[in-house]
Amino acid sequence: MAKLTLIQAINDGLKVAMRRDPNVLIMGEDVGINGGVFRATEGIHAEFGADRAIDVPLAESGFVGAAMGMAIYGLKPVVEIQFDGFLAPAHEHLVNQIARIRNRSRGRWHVPMVLRIPSWGGIKALEHHSESIENWYVNNPGLKIVAPSNPYDAKGLLLAAIEDPDPVLFMEPKRLYRSFRAEVPEGYYTVELGKAAIAREGTDVTILTYGVHVHTALEAAEKAAAEHGWQAEVVDLRSLNPLDLDTIIASVKKTRRAVVVSEAPRTGGFHSELVALINDHALEYLEAPVARVTGFDVPMPYLLSEDFFLPDAGRVLEAIESVKTY
Amino acid sequence: MSTTQANALDMEQLFEVRRVLSPDGTLVGPEPDLTPDQLKDVYRWMVYLRVFDQRSLNLSRQGRMGTFAPFGGQEACQVGSAYWLAKGKDWIFPTYRDHGAMQVLGVPTKNIMRYYMGDEQGSKAPEGVNAFPISIPIATQLVHAVGAAWAAKIKKEDTVTVGYAGDGGTSPGDFHEALNFAAVYNTATVFFIQNNRYAISTPNAKQFKTKTIAQRSLAYDIPGVRVDGQDVLAVLQVMKEAVDRARSGGGPTLVEALTFRYGPHTTPDDPKKYRTQEELEEWQAKDPIERLRKYLVSKGIWSDADEQAVYDWAKETVNAAVEAAEAEPRPSVDAMFDYLYEKPTPELERQREYLKAYLAKKSQGEAKTHG
Ligand SMILES: Cc1ncc(C[n+]2csc(CCOP(=O)(O)OP(=O)(O)O)c2C)c(N)n1
Repeated sequence: MAKLTLIQAINDGLKVAMRRDPNVLIMGEDVGINGGVFRATEGIHAEFGADRAIDVPLAESGFVGAAMGMAIYGLKPVVEIQFDGFLAPAHEHLVNQIARIRNRSRGRWHVPMVLRIPSWGGIKALEHHSESIENWYVNNPGLKIVAPSNPYDAKGLLLAAIEDPDPVLFMEPKRLYRSFRAEVPEGYYTVELGKAAIAREGTDVTILTYGVHVHTALEAAEKAAAEHGWQAEVVDLRSLNPLDLDTIIASVKKTRRAVVVSEAPRTGGFHSELVALINDHALEYLEAPVARVTGFDVPMPYLLSEDFFLPDAGRVLEAIESVKTY
Repeated sequence: MSTTQANALDMEQLFEVRRVLSPDGTLVGPEPDLTPDQLKDVYRWMVYLRVFDQRSLNLSRQGRMGTFAPFGGQEACQVGSAYWLAKGKDWIFPTYRDHGAMQVLGVPTKNIMRYYMGDEQGSKAPEGVNAFPISIPIATQLVHAVGAAWAAKIKKEDTVTVGYAGDGGTSPGDFHEALNFAAVYNTATVFFIQNNRYAISTPNAKQFKTKTIAQRSLAYDIPGVRVDGQDVLAVLQVMKEAVDRARSGGGPTLVEALTFRYGPHTTPDDPKKYRTQEELEEWQAKDPIERLRKYLVSKGIWSDADEQAVYDWAKETVNAAVEAAEAEPRPSVDAMFDYLYEKPTPELERQREYLKAYLAKKSQGEAKTHG
């Protein structure tokens, strides 16, 4: 098996999907000849041509709206949003049209489309390039939200998202694009949407997270083991909607303590929804209130202050200590 | 006239490119209405901005600055578009590539450097300088430029606003909405569009079907003009007309300046992936700075000594700005919380307290492990 970076796994996944299904196409800004600003679509224009690797005019409302038109007509557009912050112009189509058409047309039409969104911070980028857009959309019924944390899942979840008959926001942890390699099978395989993974087994506390912060959580778990001898279980949600409630609740019932981690602003975040779900389903098992490690209620700061904003292993460890010593 | 006839109109002819100097510096248009001192001032600005731009790109490549968007090649547009504006009165709404125009209007070089070094303080224009912070979301600022001019009109003030965008920036709805609003309310807004042929890698041909951007003015029934963006005297002339018209109640103008960025889109971009060396050289042969220099020399108002002096001055001044920018302290934790609202909310105060306590503990821990 080849060892690929996360970005290579995505590139491979796109090609596999396009070879398999002539209705799959990619579109977005600079995704054709240039191969995408992160090189996620490198080689696709050369292999599949301009009709299936489309460089669009610079207008997210235009090309996301048009992609919906393509999708209801039978194509499967995989749209690259160049950076998370630039999803904003497409908001109208997402909330008022894409998320609703299946319901509005009572199933007559649906939108089998994937928006690939390089997400979150950590690369010291310019403004609007480091957003946590899951929080813009978890409260908007009709959109699935997927967030891989490693190359294997990235390819498998992407292929599952493309196969899925409904619109999927596919959040790619841009900070992990080239940070490590892992074995990725050749050819077609899928990772089921809505199934979490246990990234590290443990008995003392459950850490619930997704995307880039699976790695922050793993680092904190190692520290907790080294410093306190506590074994933290790290649950990689992989998919926010649909959500694998069973795995979450089973883990919390086992460890009786939970920490949720995301870098989205604190108030009203999906992380808070996780706390609510634990309250609904496992309150009587808890030895301590669930702790949240999150971003702050400010816009992602410019790069010199980025580290103030982002959760790190130290903050997660502190949260583990707080629930363990409650 | 039917639409087929309209389509058959030669838009390139209708929107003929305005030019004053040919690339070799000879006069091909009307003699500019500028004093020798003004001509030299314009030249100094272009040299200064080029030196600044190259230095900044280098700093970015060395990791002493974050991702940077260079405007090298577009200096005539940067200087010419802002030169006539009334400082302290008129407003500009720039993109990430218009930090040259921002400096012409009065934003200190150090601020631009701090912005790209990653300090919000760099986005704060000094009092009296009406330069809106750099807008990265494409074309959004154009509507704000319209709103500000509209407000001036309601308040019966003769302020002019300039909204900047690139060729890619003419695709979003915001561009079209801005033109329409400006037209309907006859606002004193100049839309200054630098058509540098590429939006990152995407060429004009994939961005729009029209041969010109200027012709879009027809649809909104406002004046539109194309200008050689490598000819600063032509840009100055076109902008003077547009600004004067706006100030005197004549409404908005759409200006399309034909130009080229010599460097990458931003630091990590590799332009060789999408454009040829020949195309770059073709444009470099039309260089705006060299063109004006030749004209100044031919008028007998520019010597080799002047040339040496202006570069020495530009380098020294830029060096001083780099030193000043690098001497700035890092932004504080407080700065992250202080500016979101007039007064931080109680929740923000709680978060501030938590973060400060955590960072204090962390630095103690680090001091211990290093001590
Ligand atoms: C809404 C939005 N989408 C995407 C981007 C990413 N992006 C930054 S610059 C750029 C190209 C802009 O090209 P153009 O408007 O021609 O201006 P230029 O960069 O050439 O000056 C793109 C796609 C963005 N900043 N904003």
